[in-house]
Amino acid sequence: MGLAKRIIPCLDVDKGRVVKGVQFVDIRDAGDPVEVARRYNSEGADELTFLDITATHEGRDTIVHVVEQVAGEIFIPLTVGGGIRTVDDVRLMLNAGADKVAINSAAVANPDFVREAAEKFGNQCIVVAIDAKQVAGKPGTDTENETPRWEIFTHGGRKPTGIDAIEWSKKMVSYGAGELLVTSMDNDGVKNGFDLPLTRTISDNVAVPVIASGGVGNLDHLAEGVLEGHADAVLAASIFHFAEYSIAEAKRHMAERGIEVRL
Amino acid sequence: MSRQISIAVIDYGMGNLHSVAKALEHADSQADVKVTADKRVIASADRVLLPGVGAMRDCMGEMQRLDLVDTIKQAAASKPFLGICIGMQALMTHSEENGGVDCLNIIPGNVERFADDLSDPTANDDEHLKIPHMGWNQVHQQIKHPLWQNIPQNQRFYFVHSYFVVPQSPDPVAGSTVYGHPLCVALAADNIFATQFHPEKSADAGLQLFHNFINWDGSYDCSACS
Repeated sequence: MGLAKRIIPCLDVDKGRVVKGVQFVDIRDAGDPVEVARRYNSEGADELTFLDITATHEGRDTIVHVVEQVAGEIFIPLTVGGGIRTVDDVRLMLNAGADKVAINSAAVANPDFVREAAEKFGNQCIVVAIDAKQVAGKPGTDTENETPRWEIFTHGGRKPTGIDAIEWSKKMVSYGAGELLVTSMDNDGVKNGFDLPLTRTISDNVAVPVIASGGVGNLDHLAEGVLEGHADAVLAASIFHFAEYSIAEAKRHMAERGIEVRL
Repeated sequence: MSRQISIAVIDYGMGNLHSVAKALEHADSQADVKVTADKRVIASADRVLLPGVGAMRDCMGEMQRLDLVDTIKQAAASKPFLGICIGMQALMTHSEENGGVDCLNIIPGNVERFADDLSDPTANDDEHLKIPHMGWNQVHQQIKHPLWQNIPQNQRFYFVHSYFVVPQSPDPVAGSTVYGHPLCVALAADNIFATQFHPEKSADAGLQLFHNFINWDGSYDCSACS
């Protein structure tokens, strides 16, 4: 008996609508974040993460309404990420009913923002998103014999920063991050599983919980994230969106692999 | 017509109370929820809920600044009262957070921080445990209590905390969990109940606990428990 490993479905939201084609047969409006959230909650999701991918500033207000609506009827932790750049952005999301915000590129641009937000609102609600790509030691590349090394990339993995991902993770925790969301930009969307060495190296080097993200294609990948990646929680989008697997199936599978989950 | 039960959720600037208020309304249609720092509203409410996220020094500081300490103590002495998270820790004598903060001293005991080298004694390898204790853990009901009604033994609730209460006497311990070591995560003393976990984030089990609180008359007589 002990703390359960968490399964967190992630909903990508554009102008207030869930994108990436949800295909549940039994919900009326598969693009409505509230309906999708309701569905995940009834399947036993441990938390929900909303990633606002709205490009325009005007469209961004809609995520606030989404959070308000979801928080008004679904009583599990909610995280909101995407475009969180100022203390006012954080306050707006928390007041709308989010429990945590995920800070991504703004942390790279201005690390003190993380410190400021953590001091104002508490470490527990500050998640720092770490988007990393392997730059050395990757099998099948000309650096495969080197010590594995990962770097922080921004702009959806296009822009290198030269920052070492492990050092960055430690720094963000020392600045007050209460949790880290670690996404492999090599694996994201590829469906070959998490970058386990990356996840494990970060998780073993920080005192706060680590959420593994990027690359889930099947239920074994989720289990490996915990067993081999030492993740405290696993996040996935498409395998749940396309109803390939339900959250309940994912939990049963993890339990069969000997992982403690909330059933 | 069903009777409305007024619940004052004390708003002392410690985080967003939207979820607590909504969850109470969701848990029971009789709930008439007032998120308030108004002493008269708190004094006249049928039930009082002391929520909270954040740090203890700010928590006690805001209570004092808003002149709510006596009002809270009075409520805790007289009517069904529920403390959540920091709202539970604030009931104790002293917290070691922020270099040491005196609390309300309603339930004798202290608030301590998890050790940095916390590990899982049951694991094969010495798995290093993360702090904060964040996520869903099992709550073992140590006593029968009206607030545990219709909640299964060892039900999971959602936690997020780095400090935990250590009551002076085991008498008020209503629930426990294990994180590195056993810890008290629910207290019961007369008309007071308190939880370290967040019922407002604990899905159906949390709503059931809120429902039980709304329908609790504050008496704690175990022959009346289910």
